[in-house]
Amino acid sequence: MVKSESAIQTEENTVVRMAGIVKRFPGVLANDHVDFELKRGEIHALLGENGAGKSTLMNILAGLYRPDEGEIIIRGEVENFSSPRDAINAGIGMVHQHFMLVPSQTVTENVLLGLDEPRFFMRLKEYDTKIASLSEQFGLKVDPKANIWQLSVGEQQRVEILKMLYRGAEVLIMDEPTAVLAPQEIKGLFEILRSMTEQGKSIIFISHKLNEVVEIADRISVLRRGKATANGLSSEGVTTKELARQMVGREVIFRLEKQASNPGDIVLDVRKVFAENDKGLSALSGLSLQVRAGEIVGVAGVAGNGQRELAQLISGLRNCAQGEILLHNEKISNRSTLYGIEQGMAYVPEDRTQVGSAPNLSVTDNVIMKTYRQPPISRGGLLDMSQANRFAEELKLAYDIIVPTVDTPVRLLSGGNLQRVILAREISGRPDFMVAVQPTRGLDVGAIEGVHRLLLAQRDEGAGVLLVSEELEELFALSDRIYVIYEGKIMGEVNIGLEEPSDQVVDMIGLMMTGTPMEKIGEGL
Amino acid sequence: MRILSLSRLYRIKLEPRLKEPPGWYPPLVSFGAIVIALVFGGILIAFVGGNPFLSYAHIARASFGSIGVISDTLVKATPILMTSLACAIAFRMKLWNIGAEGQFIMGGFGAAAVVLTPILPPETPGWLFVPVMMAFGMAAGALWGFMPGFLKARFNVNEIISSLMLNYIAIAWINFWIFGVWSEGGFQMSPKFPKAAWLPRLLDFSDTIPLFRGLTTHTGMLIGIMAAVLLWLVVYRSRWGYEIRLIGDNPRAAQYAGINISRNTILVMMLSGMLAGLGGMTEVSGVVHRLQTSPLAAGYGFTGIIVAWLSKLHPLVIILVSILFGALLLAGREIQPSGIPKMIQGIILVCLIASDFLLRYQIRVSRAGVEA
Ligand SMILES: Nc1ncnc2c1ncn2[C@@H]1O[C@H](COP(=O)(O)OP(=O)(O)OP(=O)(O)O)[C@@H](O)[C@H]1O
Ligand SMILES: [Mg+2]
Repeated sequence: MVKSESAIQTEENTVVRMAGIVKRFPGVLANDHVDFELKRGEIHALLGENGAGKSTLMNILAGLYRPDEGEIIIRGEVENFSSPRDAINAGIGMVHQHFMLVPSQTVTENVLLGLDEPRFFMRLKEYDTKIASLSEQFGLKVDPKANIWQLSVGEQQRVEILKMLYRGAEVLIMDEPTAVLAPQEIKGLFEILRSMTEQGKSIIFISHKLNEVVEIADRISVLRRGKATANGLSSEGVTTKELARQMVGREVIFRLEKQASNPGDIVLDVRKVFAENDKGLSALSGLSLQVRAGEIVGVAGVAGNGQRELAQLISGLRNCAQGEILLHNEKISNRSTLYGIEQGMAYVPEDRTQVGSAPNLSVTDNVIMKTYRQPPISRGGLLDMSQANRFAEELKLAYDIIVPTVDTPVRLLSGGNLQRVILAREISGRPDFMVAVQPTRGLDVGAIEGVHRLLLAQRDEGAGVLLVSEELEELFALSDRIYVIYEGKIMGEVNIGLEEPSDQVVDMIGLMMTGTPMEKIGEGL
Repeated sequence: MRILSLSRLYRIKLEPRLKEPPGWYPPLVSFGAIVIALVFGGILIAFVGGNPFLSYAHIARASFGSIGVISDTLVKATPILMTSLACAIAFRMKLWNIGAEGQFIMGGFGAAAVVLTPILPPETPGWLFVPVMMAFGMAAGALWGFMPGFLKARFNVNEIISSLMLNYIAIAWINFWIFGVWSEGGFQMSPKFPKAAWLPRLLDFSDTIPLFRGLTTHTGMLIGIMAAVLLWLVVYRSRWGYEIRLIGDNPRAAQYAGINISRNTILVMMLSGMLAGLGGMTEVSGVVHRLQTSPLAAGYGFTGIIVAWLSKLHPLVIILVSILFGALLLAGREIQPSGIPKMIQGIILVCLIASDFLLRYQIRVSRAGVEA
């Protein structure tokens, strides 16, 4: 009903109207007659399962793709974008999930990149102040003179927003902006978004985190398999459960059935390791932890406190300066990555595009990355491609990977589907030890539920899992124990029972995450 | 004026192509590029006072007109085929081997050394001579590939520079031998090899098949085609080829998959050098029949870079493109003024490379009035 009304009337405060948008990719109907309407000054959340067509719809609005059918009406005028430049001229800017900044240049230089102004002489000082005042206006705290590589992910995101605002964006599209942010940074982003809408900007916000959506959005639209199943629902009084049902088409269980764990022998033993990060600064200083067979051990902490380096150390992608790591009582630190793989270790890296996959190779080529050395896929130095394809087909089915054929290069997959390819590859090997860093990043609620089940099933079969996550909720739902990491050291260790942890425990973890060791907290209490 | 008013009415826009173009599109674009290049070339020929149609007919006749010239075309295509395969396998791993030229020359040297040192006595039968020469040629080429590979793997030395430098060393190296030790009576070439060290040619069979009389196509072409098929098998169907493709697409993912990048850098550079070296061997043993600088250092290694790119690094496509380039080279010999085929070759290249642009971008013409 909402749909037919908005199709007839052109309300005055409607900024964007997309009507009957159809977009086909070879073998996929990514958008199937989608209507979408954005009002001035609102935050409009766009929800949907992985591969539902959210990014595609927004890429169309931002001028990156052209629709096969349908029209785009901006402030009452029919537009026909053929490039992002056209879109930004009409006041529409998009911040992509993967930033497109030049690391060696300053914030100002990045904002000015590709503009006609300044023509030849870069009077950078002048522009620095211009950009500083713009960032102040919207609360986008960032130093215009800083180089991009010096900035945190959250700050880089602000630069992307600045870039769009400087180009005169009235409508800002943000594709999964919170997926890469730490909880504190998310709060900061929400403040920025609110200040922008107060000043008349309109925002489209894609996210898989439903509680976030309920918190920030004014209205909500939902896509399911390319079709709109809800159009501009008011977010007032909506529960996350309801939203999940709209998205997935069935009930989603948020609280998992978890059996008591039954820990066995120590599988992984990290003993007082020291290591440096990519910039040569100390990342881990004397960190120790253990994982037993049949338990999930969480590592909680604010991003950038050594989690990444720890995972790399265990998987053999980085060497430690001191200390050692044992897997099944065999030393694995400072040995090859291959050794760990041969010992049956799986690793879900945090970066699915840079590390976890080869973008131009097919789904098949990507899922055999860990198994191509063994039969039946390997046959005396040759690859049995029919076996490999069969394996890929099996995983596609079992892990619900939406892709027309397994020959498709993975760069064409939606974010969540790529994550599924990686998870399928790592879990299908039935590893007896696994490091998973942010395994559910970018997955929809249904898929998160599925991954959580898989991890628990692994545990119940006797595998040890080290789960690195920034989301406490996920850690609480899955872990049997949680270590809290801060500046490369373990601040303390908390046992998690089957019930929801008490506020006291949550507070304690929060304190440890900001650098108070457990002993000190004990004294205070 | 007319153009101006048109530009007011229509706007031409380039947009990045988002969908993969359909399968028939790339070959069609390449074909179109060649047609356009020939038109340009024709205009140029007319400009210098020639008749483009006659010239083209002449070029076609000179490279495909009779069984004799087809045979010559294949002879020219053989070294190009080998160096292109050499470049293709290195480029597949994003190793920019610019040294196929030197590896090719060293391959010729290695093969010649078997005869001239002598490693095998002159009365050795052909069935032994040829394989040993192949082995030495490939080994010498592999050594020339190993050096930049090792430097890259161990010390991260840029392989473009090191492999390029080795080209000059290779030339100096064979000059040293043919100017001195192996010089034939002071001439800058070695003595002719005994017949047993020659690759069999079609004309060797003209007693039984009279049609083959005078045809110089040698077994090298066959070896090259076999090498191409084998390389295809390695790249697309073997474990090692999978590792090479993975490293080429995303080295960090390859590392994550437990693949040793340094070792593969060295091995792939050696395979690349080996293929180029094999080309040097077949050229020495199939065509030149002695060691001499100018027929070896004729730029085949550089042509190989271009052919590998135009073929999109696909070993089987390389066979066809090499034959086309062989034909153009041959035409260069036959046609007067001899600059013309070189020039046409250049124009075809520029057009083919430019047409690549059309595969990545699409052109859209729209009425200016319609644009908002
Ligand atoms: N350029 C492309 N070529 C072919 N298929 C594509 C292309 N872009 C997207 N697709 C397909 O279209 C479908 C919709 O993808 P889209 O990226 O819009 O999903 P999404 O809703 O953003 O999902 P996610 O939450 O996983 O990011 C997917 O099946 C995807 O594989
Ligand atoms: Mg997406």
